[in-house]
Amino acid sequence: MYRYDEFDHAFVAERVAQFRGQVARRMAGELSEDEFKPLRLMNGLYLQLHAYMLRVAVPYGTLSALQMRKLAHIARTYDRGYGHFTTRQNIQYTWPRLGQVPDILAELAEVEMHAIQTSGNCIRNTTADPLAGVAADEIDDPRVYAEIIRQWSTLHPEFSFLPRKFKIAVTGAPNDRAVTRGHDIGLRMHRDGDGAPGFEVMVGGGQGRTPIMAKTIRDFLPVDQLLSYLEAVLRVYNQLGRRDNIYKARIKILVQSVGAATFAEMVEAEWQEIRDGALDLPAGELDRIAAYFAPPPHDDLSVACPALDQAISANAHFAAWEESNVLAHKRPGYAITTISLKPHGGIPGNASAEQMDAVADLAEQYGFDEIRLSHKQNLILPDVKKTDLHALWLSLGKWGLATANAGRISDIIACPGLDYCNLANARSIPIAQRISERFTDLARERQIGDLSLNISGCINACAHHHVANIGILGVDKKGAEFYQITLGGVANENAAIGAIIGPAFDEWQITDAVETIVDVYLQQRETDERFINTYQRVGPDPFKEQLYASDQAR
Amino acid sequence: MSTDFIQAVTANRLSDGFVVYLTAQDRWSEQIEDCQSADDRGAAETLFARAQQLAAGAQIAGPYLFKIARQDGRPIPLGRREIIRTTGPSVGTDLNKG
Repeated sequence: MYRYDEFDHAFVAERVAQFRGQVARRMAGELSEDEFKPLRLMNGLYLQLHAYMLRVAVPYGTLSALQMRKLAHIARTYDRGYGHFTTRQNIQYTWPRLGQVPDILAELAEVEMHAIQTSGNCIRNTTADPLAGVAADEIDDPRVYAEIIRQWSTLHPEFSFLPRKFKIAVTGAPNDRAVTRGHDIGLRMHRDGDGAPGFEVMVGGGQGRTPIMAKTIRDFLPVDQLLSYLEAVLRVYNQLGRRDNIYKARIKILVQSVGAATFAEMVEAEWQEIRDGALDLPAGELDRIAAYFAPPPHDDLSVACPALDQAISANAHFAAWEESNVLAHKRPGYAITTISLKPHGGIPGNASAEQMDAVADLAEQYGFDEIRLSHKQNLILPDVKKTDLHALWLSLGKWGLATANAGRISDIIACPGLDYCNLANARSIPIAQRISERFTDLARERQIGDLSLNISGCINACAHHHVANIGILGVDKKGAEFYQITLGGVANENAAIGAIIGPAFDEWQITDAVETIVDVYLQQRETDERFINTYQRVGPDPFKEQLYASDQAR
Repeated sequence: MSTDFIQAVTANRLSDGFVVYLTAQDRWSEQIEDCQSADDRGAAETLFARAQQLAAGAQIAGPYLFKIARQDGRPIPLGRREIIRTTGPSVGTDLNKG
């Protein structure tokens, strides 16, 4: 794991002191809200419906047990005993008091964390594949490059006032678990003919009111030239991105308006001016950062694990959890485990301080002191011996953390919605709760299999509803909450935007509508076919017919 | 002017962001029952101007007018957003304002 050097420590401490002064001046009336707002946003502090909200970055989604305990401590001491994990590898505190936020930031700095650039029109927290370093299909650890991007982009003077926010995601694997095409810049690693790693650069992706999947503007960029090329992309955007209309200010609109090929030429021209200069990464520096992400001291184990096979045979609940929540690790005898933060009827992404402490303990006991955050709002222990899986599952169960639903219909991504968020038009959480309660039957959920269902409370699409197999968007219709369904979205390397199936449903119809969609799928599917494949094969009509059958009868 | 046009001023308290309402005594109350209401556009403009003057201090942030109805003399916020601001989140009731 990356450790701060003296410069990092001094920088973050200085930043906390600055913000402490800014808060004091605001509370003394020396700064107006208009003057203070951009300052607080630069430190991740929003003002929401009922209270402030502090968004803390978890760079590339990697946490130590010490850091997780600090997050728990902050939840307990300064908030209401819980935190909300987001789709962009952040944690949000929902009830901090303004006067205490500098103290929270000082506590975070103690464990090398901060809230810088979790808001504002700057380069946001760079996200990465949550299975970085352990996935069997990985070419190289993307966190090395995410950390380099973090250091380059932090308070970058040229890119602190961009036309709009800017999000970068990195994956080191061909199977995309970081929704790279849904980002302003997505970086996907490949090898060249000589086996050297480099990045495919995808630009202009995003969701929101204009969902667009990013276009590849460069097939292969050598890793040592990453920063100069990113700087060229940002420069073109900074100069040409629209500042007159907030809805047209993201880079996706620029790329769409000039065309990906022309945009690529502009970037290339800019890059020729600045490449082969100070931004090239020296091999020594790459190696220095990479060393922080060296694998932990794994034991040499065999692939076979009779103890695990026995436990699976002996307990159907454990078998179900192992089937849905355990993934293949690149090392024999090890496994990657998803800790679901989606109990049926619970609030997606929420964890109590006690649960966070428990996960920290279990990471130390079973997982080389490492925890990951996924964009699905779940936690991951990436390095668990197969022989420990049963004991881990038993411990997770004591804390309500052993729900066997990773990747299933109740593994719902949901934003805070109108219950908390200032931008929302409709509530997300109660809808997620009702849908997940509808699918509590384990056998039925297994029968349905892999299916993504995401719920956003407004068109900003924080919950990625556009790229869900079943996407739900909350809309306001004359003061009432309605929910529009999209089908066919995909978030992986074959990313696709879902299509609206028809008129929206009210809050009491939407759960039945989801069940109807599932029923149609089960009727239509061929053996072992996943929901998305059935939908792609049969198209929207069978779903539409069933969903609106009663309308036609009228 | 429609007789059902009634507005009040709400804001978030600076110290903790909690929802507050402007009272007739130029105070900010957590209770919507304490709000001063304006029955026509002119009164609403006057009320909002007062709120903006008060906002220049360091007690609240982001004041704005919103529509209410009167039921048995009690102010009732109109629209889901303002209802939720008044009552707190509709989920996780242990976490509601209190």
